[in-house]
Amino acid sequence: MKFTLSWLKEHLETVATVDQVVNAMTMAGLEVEHVENPAAKLAAFSVAKVVEAVQHPNADRLRVCQVDTVDGRKEIVCGAPNARAGLTTIYAPLGAYVPGSGITLEARPVRGVVSNGMLCSGRELEVDSDADGIVELPDSLEVGLPAADAFGLEAVIDFEVTPNRPDWLGVVGIARDLAAAGLGTLKDPSVAPVPGKGPTTIEIRVDGDACPVFAGRLIRGVKNGPSPAWLQRKLAAVGLRPISALVDITNLMSYDRCRPLHVYDAAKLAGGFIEARLGKPGERLEALDGKTYEAGPEVCVIADGSGAVGLGGVMGGESTKVSETTTDVFVESAYFDPIRTAQTGRTLGLTSDAQYRFARGVDTGFVVDGLEMATRLILDLCGGEPCEVRVAGHAPAPPAAFEFDHAYVKKLSGLDVPSTRIDGILTALGFEVRGEMVTPPTWRRDVDGKADLVEEVARIEGFDALPAEPLPEMQHPAGGVLTVRQARMRNARRAMAARGYAEAVTWSFMRTAWAQLFGGGDEKLRLTNPIASDLDCMRPSILPNLIEAAARNARQGFADAALFEVGPTFKGDQPADQLTIVAALIAPHAPRSWAGKAADPLFALKADLMALLEEMGAPNLQIAQGGQGGGPASSWWHPGRSARLQLGPKTVVAEFGELHPAILKALDAEGPMLAFELDLGAIPEPKKKATKTKPALTLSSLMPLSRDFAFLVDQATPAGELVRPILAADKALIANARVFDVYQGKGVPEGQKSVAIEVTVQPTEKTLTDPEIEALSARIVAAAEKAVGAKLRS
Amino acid sequence: MTDLSKLEADLSASIAAAADVAALEAARIAALGKSGSVSELLKTLGAMSPDERRELGPLINGLRDRIAGAIAGRKAELEAAELDAKLAAERVDLTLPPAPARRGRVHPTMQVLDEMIAIFAEMGFGLAEGPDIEDDFHNFTALNFPPKHPAREMHDTFWLPEDDRGERKVLRTHTSPVQIRTMQRTNEKLPAWIANGQEPPIRVIVPGRTYRSDSDATHTPMFHQMEGLVIDKAIHMGHLKWTLETFISRFFETPLVETRFRPHHFPFTEPSAEMDVRCDRSGGDVKIGQGDDWMEIVGCGMVHPNVLRNCGLDPDVWQGFAFGFGIDRLGMLKYGMPDLRDMFASDVRWLEHYGFSAFAAPNPATGLS
Repeated sequence: MKFTLSWLKEHLETVATVDQVVNAMTMAGLEVEHVENPAAKLAAFSVAKVVEAVQHPNADRLRVCQVDTVDGRKEIVCGAPNARAGLTTIYAPLGAYVPGSGITLEARPVRGVVSNGMLCSGRELEVDSDADGIVELPDSLEVGLPAADAFGLEAVIDFEVTPNRPDWLGVVGIARDLAAAGLGTLKDPSVAPVPGKGPTTIEIRVDGDACPVFAGRLIRGVKNGPSPAWLQRKLAAVGLRPISALVDITNLMSYDRCRPLHVYDAAKLAGGFIEARLGKPGERLEALDGKTYEAGPEVCVIADGSGAVGLGGVMGGESTKVSETTTDVFVESAYFDPIRTAQTGRTLGLTSDAQYRFARGVDTGFVVDGLEMATRLILDLCGGEPCEVRVAGHAPAPPAAFEFDHAYVKKLSGLDVPSTRIDGILTALGFEVRGEMVTPPTWRRDVDGKADLVEEVARIEGFDALPAEPLPEMQHPAGGVLTVRQARMRNARRAMAARGYAEAVTWSFMRTAWAQLFGGGDEKLRLTNPIASDLDCMRPSILPNLIEAAARNARQGFADAALFEVGPTFKGDQPADQLTIVAALIAPHAPRSWAGKAADPLFALKADLMALLEEMGAPNLQIAQGGQGGGPASSWWHPGRSARLQLGPKTVVAEFGELHPAILKALDAEGPMLAFELDLGAIPEPKKKATKTKPALTLSSLMPLSRDFAFLVDQATPAGELVRPILAADKALIANARVFDVYQGKGVPEGQKSVAIEVTVQPTEKTLTDPEIEALSARIVAAAEKAVGAKLRS
Repeated sequence: MTDLSKLEADLSASIAAAADVAALEAARIAALGKSGSVSELLKTLGAMSPDERRELGPLINGLRDRIAGAIAGRKAELEAAELDAKLAAERVDLTLPPAPARRGRVHPTMQVLDEMIAIFAEMGFGLAEGPDIEDDFHNFTALNFPPKHPAREMHDTFWLPEDDRGERKVLRTHTSPVQIRTMQRTNEKLPAWIANGQEPPIRVIVPGRTYRSDSDATHTPMFHQMEGLVIDKAIHMGHLKWTLETFISRFFETPLVETRFRPHHFPFTEPSAEMDVRCDRSGGDVKIGQGDDWMEIVGCGMVHPNVLRNCGLDPDVWQGFAFGFGIDRLGMLKYGMPDLRDMFASDVRWLEHYGFSAFAAPNPATGLS
């Protein structure tokens, strides 16, 4: 909402400047968005009088003028056809920046005559679009008067009102708060009733649910036309378009008192009555904006004998609007239910100054006063004779008194405010204070408890005065504030970054089609109002987002991406359905190297996953890989190049592998891409221990020894299945078994492969003798043969 | 009698002339080997009279020691030369590039999150969490948003479809529902990571993803908030002011940050406030701590008595404050990122430029980043 300083001063006796007003508003809780100050732009310009204007000796169309200015008499060259002796106009001194032409004035001869300044047109000053001649002002204006004052321009303050304070949507409400804050004295805002002659002959009916109270009055014999210049200027300054005196008066009431009204041409009202009721199914109405609305049974309509003539509290109807020919006007001052008015605005997609105010709740105590005030204005501007006020229904009961322990101000805010000062603030804001009982005014229905009163006192006293008091010491939780899970999320990020992955943060939603490819897309996880159609479904996996990100980077010329994200995925809409996932993706496009070809990048990814699992404190996991024609990992993986890591037969901790080419194609991404997804919640949390002491470490003084074995196995046998029995062949002695070569080809029978394994033996009690080593080797060979039919390669 | 001087001169010359270890070995055998010239001389000592031996013994032994020394010296020389030659042959071109390594990065929002956690942990705050998909009760009703109130409209809520009971879940519009989950125990079966009622005194922060249907340079449909909640018996607005002022000065790592508290309105706090920081916006970007402008940085207030009541806490016994920061926004201000949307665009160049090293974990010794 906007207002001007002079408007404020109608209600507030003050000498405050615009800056002081803006600051006081801000500190009282009114958020000032913007101050448009035309005076600042026109500060250099002032009123001047042309004393003499003679033809320029060297130019037909120029005149040399002697001008009385704020700087004394000046010789100024002017090309305007209306530059003449006796003219009162606007003078710009040398050095002034002329906003409309974008130039800064310099003392420069014009065809041989130096011009000591400039006389300006309306366009050059940006006050209007007139460029035909210099400004012509009333002769009564004195030389030296600032241009902004000559044009009646003043600063316009634009501010934002929080939904709890509809009273601030009237200038008087702002004046009241500023007066309480010590910026001036509030002028008496009370309204004198205007006696009427004879009854208002139009009957008023209300349906209490839609409109609790409806006051109206007929004024006969008015003359409607353009409103006077002062009113037009006032409305235009705050961005309202002047229409006619009657309509302008209702707008004035809206902005001055937050009291929206409506005026009807009484001659156009049918049936001798007007009613506020709920709409009927199919009921239609052409509103003042020229559009036709369907007023269903949820909407409050104003109706006469002919049907709906207005949308109550929102907008009047075309059929009964006032015009130049209106002689009898019916003025409506009603209270419309805030929730219903808000809903009507949403349902019809229609807002207005009135709707905005009613939806927030206008002063229930100002329904009849507003009508009286409007009557006074109509009589003053349009003449006419008022009938008596007629009221149907009852205004909602005024707010009830409640108890307020003044000590609560100190307890809740920390501010030391004397009781008398507390009472003074509340009284200035319109509250009634009787001892410990406080009654809010009818325009402050947001206040219904003692905490609200503390806010009133604190904000008027000033939040600047709040003491900054340290929080009391609190015992910190032993071992840090993070839970194991929270610490794991944090460590996972840094572990992945340390291994060369860049952390992405992507949307929690994605297009349904992609969600479906990754096992999601459930109806109940689809947003009913997505911001875009490709962001409409809660994600079942982070991978599609990472794939898309890698593909987008590749299209921009950066194909070698390694990305990860730590974030939620959603199996359903319940809290337990939200998982915390670490997902990582590599698009392996490593640059060629002079040092030769790198190993299969899938194993680099596996190494990263294993390192992460170790960092997270995961126990040993089984790796499960499918055979030919599909495996246990999910369908979005390459069937032969993907696997699962499991804890027991059921708990899947992670899946990793190469993404299925068909999936990448569907996501419009160039492959290959390698990825993993790890469910942080599936990693068991370590048992809480009473002490941080680590288990004792026993270091053997005996040298470990290593022996190499090469086995022939079926080519389909996973190496891991060969290693496992070897490790188990003697758990006490065998410390490690590691595959270091896999070979197929010459020297190895068709359909078989040779797997070379280095076994590390760690003696514990004594050095092993040759026969003991031989015996251990035999056990290893036997275990390998028993498990997977492996034969020692000779 | 052999001319010892000549023999020594000949042997020394052949040792010095040995060009490699093999030639030196041949020279050693010729002198000190079983039948070497020096060995033969030594053998003659046994047949000498004591007087001859007394005269010639030291001369022959001296000769032997000098020749052995010369051989050892020449051997060391030859070995050093051999190593030099080997090392020279092992030369590589070190101007060649190593295999390129990717530069891993922590996302700036997550870095800022860690920074915030570090500061609040120091003040005794723990971490509480809640689900992204919330019910109407936790997101609105319990937080004192009256049904159908315009304040709900201001949140640009994302809705999920109606369930069998006619209820619609929402994507949480703020982290404030976790205030409710922290103060009030529900009978709903919840995973352990979700806050579910704790006895006051309470001191927690709540970071997380939040969602609003909005998109421009400073709004994205998903963003991160950090809520704070302190409940005790005598916590007042002065504590709130100290907490936020202390946080801001530590976060921006300068004592110069000037802040301003001004009244505002939130349904779930009373009194409500916003805190601004002094800044300079004249140059296009925002400079914190200088200039004549103010920028809103956090919404806050004393927890509304209705919210306490909704959580089963007696507002005449318990009181406290709550606040809510935009994590991404604080990051943009501190590290100079101009557009919020870039945070979620996963551009590797952007991540590399604005992201943080894995080793930049905030700690008291090296600062926040």
